[in-house]
Amino acid sequence: MTTVTTNIPPRDYRLSDENAQLAFARGLASAEWYHTDVDRKAIKALMKRHDGPAIRDTLIWLGLLGVSGLAVIALWGSWWVLPFVLIYGVLYGSACDARWHECGHGTAFKTAWMNDAVYHFASFLVMRNPVTWRWSHARHHTDTVIVGRDAEIAVMRPPDLLKVVLNFVGIFDVWYSMKALLLNAAGVLQEHERSFVPEAEHGKAVAAARVHVVIYAATIATAIAIGSWLPLVLIGGPRMYGCWHMLMTGLLQHGGLADNVTDHRLNSRTVLMNPVSRFIYWNMNYHVEHHMFPMVPFHALPQLHALIKHDLPAPNPSIWDGYREMIPAFLRQLRNEDYYVRRALPPTAKPYREDLHEI
Amino acid sequence: MSDWIDVCATDDIEEEDVIRFDHGARSFAIYHSPEGEFFATDGLCTHEQVHLADGLVMDHIIECPKHNGQFNYTTGKATRLPACDHLGTYPVRVEGDRVQIQLSE
Ligand code: FES
Repeated sequence: MTTVTTNIPPRDYRLSDENAQLAFARGLASAEWYHTDVDRKAIKALMKRHDGPAIRDTLIWLGLLGVSGLAVIALWGSWWVLPFVLIYGVLYGSACDARWHECGHGTAFKTAWMNDAVYHFASFLVMRNPVTWRWSHARHHTDTVIVGRDAEIAVMRPPDLLKVVLNFVGIFDVWYSMKALLLNAAGVLQEHERSFVPEAEHGKAVAAARVHVVIYAATIATAIAIGSWLPLVLIGGPRMYGCWHMLMTGLLQHGGLADNVTDHRLNSRTVLMNPVSRFIYWNMNYHVEHHMFPMVPFHALPQLHALIKHDLPAPNPSIWDGYREMIPAFLRQLRNEDYYVRRALPPTAKPYREDLHEI
Repeated sequence: MSDWIDVCATDDIEEEDVIRFDHGARSFAIYHSPEGEFFATDGLCTHEQVHLADGLVMDHIIECPKHNGQFNYTTGKATRLPACDHLGTYPVRVEGDRVQIQLSE
Protein backbone atom coordinates (compact mmCIF):
# COMPACT_ATOMS: atom_id res chain seq x y z
CA MET A 1 0.00 0.00 0.00
CA THR A 2 1.30 3.48 -0.85
CA THR A 3 -0.08 6.82 0.18
CA VAL A 4 -0.82 9.46 -2.38
CA THR A 5 -1.42 13.16 -2.49
CA THR A 6 -2.97 14.78 -5.55
CA ASN A 7 -3.42 18.38 -6.46
CA ILE A 8 -7.19 18.76 -6.72
CA PRO A 9 -8.99 22.06 -6.00
CA PRO A 10 -11.17 22.16 -2.82
CA ARG A 11 -14.11 19.80 -3.19
CA ASP A 12 -17.62 21.09 -3.73
CA TYR A 13 -20.02 18.17 -3.29
CA ARG A 14 -23.19 20.01 -4.30
CA LEU A 15 -24.91 18.41 -7.29
CA SER A 16 -25.17 21.75 -9.05
CA ASP A 17 -25.20 22.47 -12.79
CA GLU A 18 -21.83 24.16 -12.41
CA ASN A 19 -20.25 21.11 -10.76
CA ALA A 20 -21.81 18.82 -13.35
CA GLN A 21 -20.30 20.91 -16.16
CA LEU A 22 -16.93 20.76 -14.44
CA ALA A 23 -17.10 16.98 -14.07
CA PHE A 24 -18.08 16.58 -17.73
CA ALA A 25 -15.30 18.94 -18.82
CA ARG A 26 -12.81 16.81 -16.88
CA GLY A 27 -14.07 13.64 -18.50
CA LEU A 28 -15.22 12.30 -15.13
CA ALA A 29 -19.01 12.34 -15.58
CA SER A 30 -20.71 9.50 -17.48
CA ALA A 31 -17.23 8.24 -18.29
CA GLU A 32 -16.20 4.85 -19.57
CA TRP A 33 -14.79 2.97 -16.59
CA TYR A 34 -12.01 0.45 -16.42
CA HIS A 35 -13.15 -3.18 -16.59
CA THR A 36 -11.15 -6.31 -16.11
CA ASP A 37 -11.24 -8.38 -19.30
CA VAL A 38 -13.41 -11.42 -18.76
CA ASP A 39 -14.50 -14.24 -20.98
CA ARG A 40 -18.02 -13.50 -22.29
CA LYS A 41 -19.27 -17.03 -21.53
CA ALA A 42 -18.01 -16.81 -17.94
CA ILE A 43 -19.57 -13.42 -17.22
CA LYS A 44 -22.83 -14.44 -18.88
CA ALA A 45 -23.00 -17.46 -16.59
CA LEU A 46 -22.39 -15.23 -13.57
CA MET A 47 -25.00 -12.66 -14.61
CA LYS A 48 -27.66 -15.35 -15.02
CA ARG A 49 -30.63 -14.82 -12.68
CA HIS A 50 -31.98 -17.34 -10.21
CA ASP A 51 -34.82 -17.00 -7.70
CA GLY A 52 -33.60 -19.75 -5.36
CA PRO A 53 -30.81 -18.05 -3.35
CA ALA A 54 -32.79 -14.84 -2.77
CA ILE A 55 -36.01 -16.71 -1.85
CA ARG A 56 -34.06 -18.82 0.66
CA ASP A 57 -32.33 -15.79 2.19
CA THR A 58 -35.51 -13.70 2.23
CA LEU A 59 -37.46 -16.44 4.01
CA ILE A 60 -34.68 -16.72 6.60
CA TRP A 61 -34.55 -12.94 6.97
CA LEU A 62 -38.30 -12.41 7.30
CA GLY A 63 -38.61 -15.49 9.52
CA LEU A 64 -35.95 -14.24 11.93
CA LEU A 65 -37.40 -10.73 11.80
CA GLY A 66 -40.85 -12.10 12.66
CA VAL A 67 -39.68 -14.39 15.46
CA SER A 68 -37.44 -11.76 17.08
CA GLY A 69 -40.21 -9.15 16.70
CA LEU A 70 -42.72 -11.43 18.40
CA ALA A 71 -40.18 -12.11 21.17
CA VAL A 72 -39.79 -8.34 21.66
CA ILE A 73 -43.56 -7.99 22.04
CA ALA A 74 -43.83 -11.00 24.37
CA LEU A 75 -40.93 -9.97 26.61
CA TRP A 76 -41.56 -6.21 26.59
CA GLY A 77 -41.10 -4.86 30.12
CA SER A 78 -38.50 -7.45 31.14
CA TRP A 79 -34.71 -7.31 30.74
CA TRP A 80 -34.94 -10.51 28.69
CA VAL A 81 -36.20 -8.41 25.83
CA LEU A 82 -32.76 -6.85 25.22
CA PRO A 83 -31.04 -9.59 23.16
CA PHE A 84 -34.14 -9.84 20.98
CA VAL A 85 -34.22 -6.08 20.48
CA LEU A 86 -30.59 -6.23 19.35
CA ILE A 87 -31.25 -9.07 16.89
CA TYR A 88 -34.47 -7.52 15.59
CA GLY A 89 -32.72 -4.15 15.27
CA VAL A 90 -29.90 -5.44 13.06
CA LEU A 91 -32.25 -7.53 10.91
CA TYR A 92 -34.43 -4.47 10.42
CA GLY A 93 -32.04 -1.51 10.49
CA SER A 94 -29.00 -3.07 8.76
CA ALA A 95 -30.12 -6.02 6.63
CA CYS A 96 -32.68 -3.72 4.98
CA ASP A 97 -29.93 -1.73 3.26
CA ALA A 98 -28.51 -4.70 1.36
CA ARG A 99 -32.01 -5.89 0.35
CA TRP A 100 -32.87 -2.37 -0.82
CA HIS A 101 -29.65 -2.32 -2.80
CA GLU A 102 -29.75 -5.73 -4.47
CA CYS A 103 -33.45 -5.58 -5.32
CA GLY A 104 -33.01 -2.02 -6.61
CA HIS A 105 -30.47 -3.36 -9.09
CA GLY A 106 -33.07 -5.96 -10.04
CA THR A 107 -30.53 -8.74 -9.71
CA ALA A 108 -31.42 -10.48 -6.42
CA PHE A 109 -34.36 -12.46 -7.82
CA LYS A 110 -35.01 -13.62 -11.36
CA THR A 111 -38.70 -12.72 -11.00
CA ALA A 112 -39.26 -8.99 -11.38
CA TRP A 113 -42.19 -8.65 -8.94
CA MET A 114 -40.15 -10.31 -6.18
CA ASN A 115 -37.36 -7.76 -6.66
CA ASP A 116 -39.92 -4.96 -6.60
CA ALA A 117 -41.80 -6.23 -3.52
CA VAL A 118 -38.64 -6.65 -1.42
CA TYR A 119 -37.28 -3.35 -2.77
CA HIS A 120 -40.32 -1.41 -1.59
CA PHE A 121 -40.43 -3.15 1.79
CA ALA A 122 -36.70 -2.60 2.37
CA SER A 123 -36.95 1.03 1.20
CA PHE A 124 -39.49 1.63 3.94
CA LEU A 125 -37.29 -0.02 6.59
CA VAL A 126 -34.20 1.95 5.55
CA MET A 127 -36.25 5.20 5.35
CA ARG A 128 -35.48 5.91 1.71
CA ASN A 129 -37.90 7.13 -0.87
CA PRO A 130 -37.97 4.15 -3.27
CA VAL A 131 -38.26 6.42 -6.31
CA THR A 132 -35.66 9.11 -5.62
CA TRP A 133 -33.17 6.60 -4.27
CA ARG A 134 -33.46 4.35 -7.31
CA TRP A 135 -32.26 7.27 -9.41
CA SER A 136 -29.65 8.36 -6.90
CA HIS A 137 -28.17 4.88 -6.93
CA ALA A 138 -28.11 4.82 -10.74
CA ARG A 139 -26.08 8.04 -10.52
CA HIS A 140 -23.79 6.45 -7.92
CA HIS A 141 -22.99 3.71 -10.42
CA THR A 142 -22.50 6.11 -13.32
CA ASP A 143 -20.29 8.52 -11.39
CA THR A 144 -18.95 6.57 -8.43
CA VAL A 145 -17.31 8.96 -5.94
CA ILE A 146 -17.11 11.73 -8.53
CA VAL A 147 -17.33 14.96 -6.58
CA GLY A 148 -20.34 17.08 -7.57
CA ARG A 149 -22.04 14.13 -9.30
CA ASP A 150 -22.36 11.20 -6.90
CA ALA A 151 -25.25 11.69 -4.46
CA GLU A 152 -24.19 8.79 -2.24
CA ILE A 153 -20.73 9.73 -1.01
CA ALA A 154 -20.90 8.61 2.63
CA VAL A 155 -17.80 10.42 3.89
CA MET A 156 -16.90 13.66 2.16
CA ARG A 157 -13.51 15.30 2.51
CA PRO A 158 -12.37 16.56 4.88
CA PRO A 159 -14.24 13.89 6.85
CA ASP A 160 -16.81 14.95 9.43
CA LEU A 161 -15.90 12.25 11.94
CA LEU A 162 -18.53 13.28 14.51
CA LYS A 163 -21.19 12.76 11.87
CA VAL A 164 -19.70 9.38 10.98
CA VAL A 165 -19.78 8.26 14.61
CA LEU A 166 -23.30 9.57 15.28
CA ASN A 167 -24.53 7.78 12.17
CA PHE A 168 -23.76 4.46 13.87
CA VAL A 169 -27.04 5.20 15.66
CA GLY A 170 -28.56 6.84 12.60
CA ILE A 171 -28.68 10.37 14.01
CA PHE A 172 -27.91 12.31 10.83
CA ASP A 173 -29.20 9.78 8.33
CA VAL A 174 -32.62 9.56 10.00
CA TRP A 175 -32.82 13.33 10.29
CA TYR A 176 -32.05 13.81 6.58
CA SER A 177 -34.26 10.89 5.55
CA MET A 178 -37.23 12.17 7.53
CA LYS A 179 -36.74 15.69 6.21
CA ALA A 180 -36.64 14.36 2.63
CA LEU A 181 -39.69 12.12 3.14
CA LEU A 182 -41.71 14.97 4.67
CA LEU A 183 -40.73 17.37 1.89
CA ASN A 184 -41.45 14.75 -0.79
CA ALA A 185 -44.80 13.97 0.85
CA ALA A 186 -45.60 17.69 0.70
CA GLY A 187 -44.89 17.58 -3.04
CA VAL A 188 -41.38 19.06 -2.92
CA LEU A 189 -38.27 17.44 -4.36
CA GLN A 190 -35.04 18.98 -3.12
CA GLU A 191 -32.60 20.55 -5.59
CA HIS A 192 -30.19 17.61 -5.54
CA GLU A 193 -33.07 15.16 -6.02
CA ARG A 194 -34.32 17.12 -9.00
CA SER A 195 -30.84 16.87 -10.50
CA PHE A 196 -31.10 13.09 -10.95
CA VAL A 197 -34.83 12.22 -10.83
CA PRO A 198 -36.56 12.82 -14.21
CA GLU A 199 -39.64 15.01 -14.01
CA ALA A 200 -41.89 12.16 -15.15
CA GLU A 201 -41.01 10.35 -11.91
CA HIS A 202 -41.74 13.21 -9.49
CA GLY A 203 -45.38 12.21 -8.97
CA LYS A 204 -44.38 8.64 -8.08
CA ALA A 205 -41.78 9.95 -5.60
CA VAL A 206 -44.43 12.09 -3.87
CA ALA A 207 -46.90 9.20 -3.67
CA ALA A 208 -44.28 6.82 -2.23
CA ALA A 209 -43.23 9.37 0.41
CA ARG A 210 -46.87 9.83 1.44
CA VAL A 211 -47.25 6.09 2.07
CA HIS A 212 -44.11 6.06 4.27
CA VAL A 213 -45.17 9.16 6.19
CA VAL A 214 -48.66 7.78 6.86
CA ILE A 215 -47.18 4.57 8.33
CA TYR A 216 -44.76 6.51 10.54
CA ALA A 217 -47.55 8.86 11.68
CA ALA A 218 -49.77 5.87 12.54
CA THR A 219 -46.89 4.29 14.50
CA ILE A 220 -46.32 7.48 16.54
CA ALA A 221 -50.07 7.87 17.12
CA THR A 222 -50.30 4.27 18.36
CA ALA A 223 -47.34 4.77 20.71
CA ILE A 224 -49.01 7.86 22.19
CA ALA A 225 -52.42 6.19 22.40
CA ILE A 226 -51.15 3.14 24.30
CA GLY A 227 -48.52 5.10 26.25
CA SER A 228 -45.66 2.80 25.21
CA TRP A 229 -42.40 3.00 23.23
CA LEU A 230 -43.03 -0.49 21.86
CA PRO A 231 -44.50 0.57 18.47
CA LEU A 232 -41.44 2.77 17.85
CA VAL A 233 -39.06 0.02 18.93
CA LEU A 234 -40.70 -2.18 16.30
CA ILE A 235 -41.19 0.37 13.48
CA GLY A 236 -38.76 3.16 12.64
CA GLY A 237 -36.63 2.88 15.81
CA PRO A 238 -34.48 0.01 14.49
CA ARG A 239 -33.25 2.35 11.73
CA MET A 240 -31.38 4.03 14.59
CA TYR A 241 -30.52 1.40 17.20
CA GLY A 242 -29.99 -1.38 14.65
CA CYS A 243 -28.14 0.37 11.83
CA TRP A 244 -24.62 -0.02 13.23
CA HIS A 245 -23.85 -3.07 11.09
CA MET A 246 -24.96 -1.25 7.93
CA LEU A 247 -22.61 1.62 8.82
CA MET A 248 -19.76 -0.67 9.82
CA THR A 249 -19.83 -2.49 6.48
CA GLY A 250 -21.02 0.39 4.29
CA LEU A 251 -18.25 2.81 5.26
CA LEU A 252 -15.70 0.30 4.00
CA GLN A 253 -17.12 0.43 0.46
CA HIS A 254 -15.27 3.60 -0.53
CA GLY A 255 -13.94 5.17 2.72
CA GLY A 256 -10.41 6.60 2.56
CA LEU A 257 -9.96 5.63 -1.10
CA ALA A 258 -9.58 7.78 -4.23
CA ASP A 259 -12.21 10.12 -5.61
CA ASN A 260 -12.52 11.55 -9.14
CA VAL A 261 -11.12 8.46 -10.84
CA THR A 262 -12.60 6.09 -13.41
CA ASP A 263 -11.18 2.82 -12.12
CA HIS A 264 -13.19 1.10 -9.39
CA ARG A 265 -10.03 -0.61 -8.15
CA LEU A 266 -8.92 2.81 -6.91
CA ASN A 267 -12.14 3.96 -5.23
CA SER A 268 -13.80 0.78 -3.95
CA ARG A 269 -12.81 -1.84 -1.40
CA THR A 270 -13.37 -5.57 -1.24
CA VAL A 271 -13.26 -6.95 2.31
CA LEU A 272 -13.48 -10.61 3.27
CA MET A 273 -16.03 -11.08 6.06
CA ASN A 274 -17.56 -13.65 8.37
CA PRO A 275 -20.65 -15.50 7.05
CA VAL A 276 -23.09 -13.70 9.39
CA SER A 277 -21.99 -10.28 8.15
CA ARG A 278 -22.10 -11.53 4.59
CA PHE A 279 -25.69 -12.69 5.10
CA ILE A 280 -26.73 -9.35 6.57
CA TYR A 281 -24.79 -7.48 3.87
CA TRP A 282 -25.75 -9.85 1.03
CA ASN A 283 -22.15 -10.18 -0.21
CA MET A 284 -21.70 -6.46 -0.88
CA ASN A 285 -18.29 -6.86 0.74
CA TYR A 286 -17.20 -7.79 -2.83
CA HIS A 287 -17.54 -4.15 -3.68
CA VAL A 288 -14.97 -3.65 -6.43
CA GLU A 289 -16.49 -6.63 -8.20
CA HIS A 290 -20.01 -5.25 -7.74
CA HIS A 291 -19.11 -1.87 -9.22
CA MET A 292 -17.23 -3.33 -12.15
CA PHE A 293 -20.03 -5.77 -13.02
CA PRO A 294 -23.21 -4.46 -11.32
CA MET A 295 -25.47 -7.01 -13.04
CA VAL A 296 -23.85 -9.98 -11.31
CA PRO A 297 -26.25 -11.04 -8.51
CA PHE A 298 -25.12 -11.10 -4.89
CA HIS A 299 -24.91 -14.91 -4.78
CA ALA A 300 -22.44 -15.03 -7.70
CA LEU A 301 -20.06 -12.37 -6.35
CA PRO A 302 -17.68 -14.85 -4.66
CA GLN A 303 -17.24 -16.62 -8.03
CA LEU A 304 -16.74 -13.26 -9.76
CA HIS A 305 -14.10 -12.42 -7.16
CA ALA A 306 -12.28 -15.69 -7.93
CA LEU A 307 -12.47 -14.94 -11.66
CA ILE A 308 -10.96 -11.42 -11.57
CA LYS A 309 -8.91 -11.22 -8.38
CA HIS A 310 -5.67 -11.42 -10.42
CA ASP A 311 -6.51 -7.91 -11.65
CA LEU A 312 -7.57 -6.35 -8.32
CA PRO A 313 -5.74 -5.15 -5.24
CA ALA A 314 -5.71 -7.87 -2.58
CA PRO A 315 -8.93 -7.75 -0.53
CA ASN A 316 -8.73 -6.70 3.10
CA PRO A 317 -8.78 -9.98 5.01
CA SER A 318 -11.23 -8.76 7.68
CA ILE A 319 -13.48 -5.89 8.74
CA TRP A 320 -10.87 -5.06 11.38
CA ASP A 321 -8.14 -4.85 8.74
CA GLY A 322 -10.35 -2.61 6.59
CA TYR A 323 -10.79 -0.21 9.52
CA ARG A 324 -7.05 -0.27 10.22
CA GLU A 325 -6.60 1.01 6.67
CA MET A 326 -9.54 3.42 6.56
CA ILE A 327 -9.42 5.25 9.91
CA PRO A 328 -5.83 6.51 9.57
CA ALA A 329 -6.77 7.68 6.06
CA PHE A 330 -9.72 9.67 7.47
CA LEU A 331 -7.41 11.21 10.07
CA ARG A 332 -4.85 12.16 7.39
CA GLN A 333 -7.64 13.69 5.29
CA LEU A 334 -8.48 16.04 8.18
CA ARG A 335 -5.13 17.72 7.53
CA ASN A 336 -4.86 17.05 3.82
CA GLU A 337 -8.09 16.37 2.00
CA ASP A 338 -6.26 15.23 -1.15
CA TYR A 339 -4.81 12.23 0.65
CA TYR A 340 -6.09 8.74 -0.20
CA VAL A 341 -5.07 5.13 0.21
CA ARG A 342 -3.72 3.57 -2.95
CA ARG A 343 -3.43 -0.21 -2.74
CA ALA A 344 -0.73 -2.15 -4.59
CA LEU A 345 -1.88 -4.24 -7.54
CA PRO A 346 -0.65 -7.80 -7.99
CA PRO A 347 1.91 -8.36 -10.78
CA THR A 348 -0.81 -10.10 -12.82
CA ALA A 349 -2.98 -6.94 -12.90
CA LYS A 350 -3.25 -4.31 -15.60
CA PRO A 351 -1.99 -0.92 -14.32
CA TYR A 352 -4.45 1.48 -12.75
CA ARG A 353 -6.21 3.63 -15.29
CA GLU A 354 -4.35 6.88 -14.92
CA ASP A 355 -5.45 8.90 -17.94
CA LEU A 356 -8.20 10.80 -16.15
CA HIS A 357 -6.80 10.89 -12.65
CA GLU A 358 -4.70 14.00 -12.69
CA ILE A 359 -6.82 17.09 -13.06
CA MET B 1 -29.99 4.86 -49.98
CA SER B 2 -29.95 1.61 -47.98
CA ASP B 3 -27.19 -0.98 -48.04
CA TRP B 4 -26.95 -4.46 -46.64
CA ILE B 5 -23.79 -4.60 -44.58
CA ASP B 6 -22.08 -7.86 -43.67
CA VAL B 7 -21.88 -8.32 -39.87
CA CYS B 8 -20.68 -11.81 -38.97
CA ALA B 9 -21.27 -15.52 -39.47
CA THR B 10 -24.49 -16.90 -38.01
CA ASP B 11 -22.58 -19.05 -35.53
CA ASP B 12 -20.54 -16.09 -34.27
CA ILE B 13 -23.47 -15.25 -31.98
CA GLU B 14 -24.74 -17.90 -29.59
CA GLU B 15 -28.49 -18.26 -29.28
CA GLU B 16 -29.87 -15.88 -26.63
CA ASP B 17 -26.82 -13.66 -26.92
CA VAL B 18 -25.65 -10.40 -28.44
CA ILE B 19 -22.52 -8.97 -30.03
CA ARG B 20 -21.35 -5.45 -30.72
CA PHE B 21 -21.00 -4.31 -34.32
CA ASP B 22 -19.33 -1.01 -35.14
CA HIS B 23 -19.78 0.51 -38.57
CA GLY B 24 -18.28 3.89 -39.36
CA ALA B 25 -18.92 6.09 -36.35
CA ARG B 26 -21.99 4.08 -35.29
CA SER B 27 -22.34 1.16 -32.92
CA PHE B 28 -25.02 -1.54 -33.12
CA ALA B 29 -26.06 -4.55 -31.08
CA ILE B 30 -26.83 -7.73 -33.06
CA TYR B 31 -28.94 -10.37 -31.29
CA HIS B 32 -29.56 -14.06 -31.82
CA SER B 33 -32.92 -14.92 -30.27
CA PRO B 34 -33.74 -18.25 -28.55
CA GLU B 35 -35.87 -19.08 -31.63
CA GLY B 36 -32.81 -18.68 -33.87
CA GLU B 37 -33.79 -15.32 -35.41
CA PHE B 38 -31.45 -12.32 -35.70
CA PHE B 39 -32.22 -8.71 -34.73
CA ALA B 40 -30.35 -5.42 -34.61
CA THR B 41 -30.71 -2.31 -32.47
CA ASP B 42 -28.66 0.76 -31.64
CA GLY B 43 -25.62 -0.40 -29.74
CA LEU B 44 -25.75 2.15 -26.94
CA CYS B 45 -28.28 2.29 -24.13
CA THR B 46 -30.63 5.28 -24.31
CA HIS B 47 -30.12 6.07 -20.61
CA GLU B 48 -26.37 6.63 -20.87
CA GLN B 49 -23.71 5.79 -23.40
CA VAL B 50 -23.17 2.16 -22.40
CA HIS B 51 -22.69 -0.71 -24.86
CA LEU B 52 -25.63 -3.10 -24.64
CA ALA B 53 -23.51 -5.93 -26.02
CA ASP B 54 -21.95 -6.26 -22.55
CA GLY B 55 -25.40 -6.98 -21.11
CA LEU B 56 -27.46 -10.11 -20.67
CA VAL B 57 -30.05 -11.38 -23.17
CA MET B 58 -33.06 -13.03 -21.57
CA ASP B 59 -35.62 -14.27 -24.11
CA HIS B 60 -36.40 -11.10 -26.11
CA ILE B 61 -35.03 -8.70 -23.52
CA ILE B 62 -31.61 -7.08 -23.48
CA GLU B 63 -30.57 -5.88 -20.06
CA CYS B 64 -28.17 -2.94 -19.92
CA PRO B 65 -25.03 -3.88 -17.98
CA LYS B 66 -24.89 -0.58 -16.10
CA HIS B 67 -28.24 0.05 -14.39
CA ASN B 68 -30.43 -2.80 -15.59
CA GLY B 69 -32.49 -0.69 -17.95
CA GLN B 70 -34.20 -3.21 -20.24
CA PHE B 71 -35.38 -3.21 -23.84
CA ASN B 72 -37.30 -5.60 -26.04
CA TYR B 73 -34.72 -5.98 -28.80
CA THR B 74 -37.29 -7.19 -31.35
CA THR B 75 -39.15 -3.84 -31.13
CA GLY B 76 -36.62 -1.54 -29.44
CA LYS B 77 -39.16 -0.72 -26.71
CA ALA B 78 -37.72 0.36 -23.32
CA THR B 79 -39.31 -1.92 -20.70
CA ARG B 80 -37.55 -1.07 -17.42
CA LEU B 81 -36.30 2.13 -15.83
CA PRO B 82 -33.95 3.91 -15.85
CA ALA B 83 -34.19 3.38 -19.61
CA CYS B 84 -37.09 5.57 -20.80
CA ASP B 85 -36.39 6.14 -24.51
CA HIS B 86 -36.73 3.32 -27.02
CA LEU B 87 -33.88 1.94 -29.11
CA GLY B 88 -33.72 2.25 -32.89
CA THR B 89 -34.08 -1.10 -34.66
CA TYR B 90 -32.69 -2.15 -38.04
CA PRO B 91 -33.63 -4.81 -40.59
CA VAL B 92 -31.47 -7.93 -40.49
CA ARG B 93 -31.26 -10.83 -42.94
CA VAL B 94 -29.29 -14.04 -43.23
CA GLU B 95 -27.59 -14.72 -46.58
CA GLY B 96 -26.09 -18.19 -46.58
CA ASP B 97 -24.32 -18.32 -43.25
CA ARG B 98 -23.80 -14.55 -43.01
CA VAL B 99 -25.78 -12.08 -40.92
CA GLN B 100 -26.39 -8.74 -42.63
CA ILE B 101 -27.85 -5.46 -41.37
CA GLN B 102 -29.57 -2.87 -43.53
CA LEU B 103 -28.36 0.65 -42.91
CA SER B 104 -29.26 3.85 -44.65
CA GLU B 105 -26.20 5.90 -45.51
S1 FES C 1 -26.84 3.11 -18.97
FE1 FES C 1 -28.29 1.64 -19.54
S2 FES C 1 -29.72 1.67 -17.94
FE2 FES C 1 -28.32 3.19 -17.43
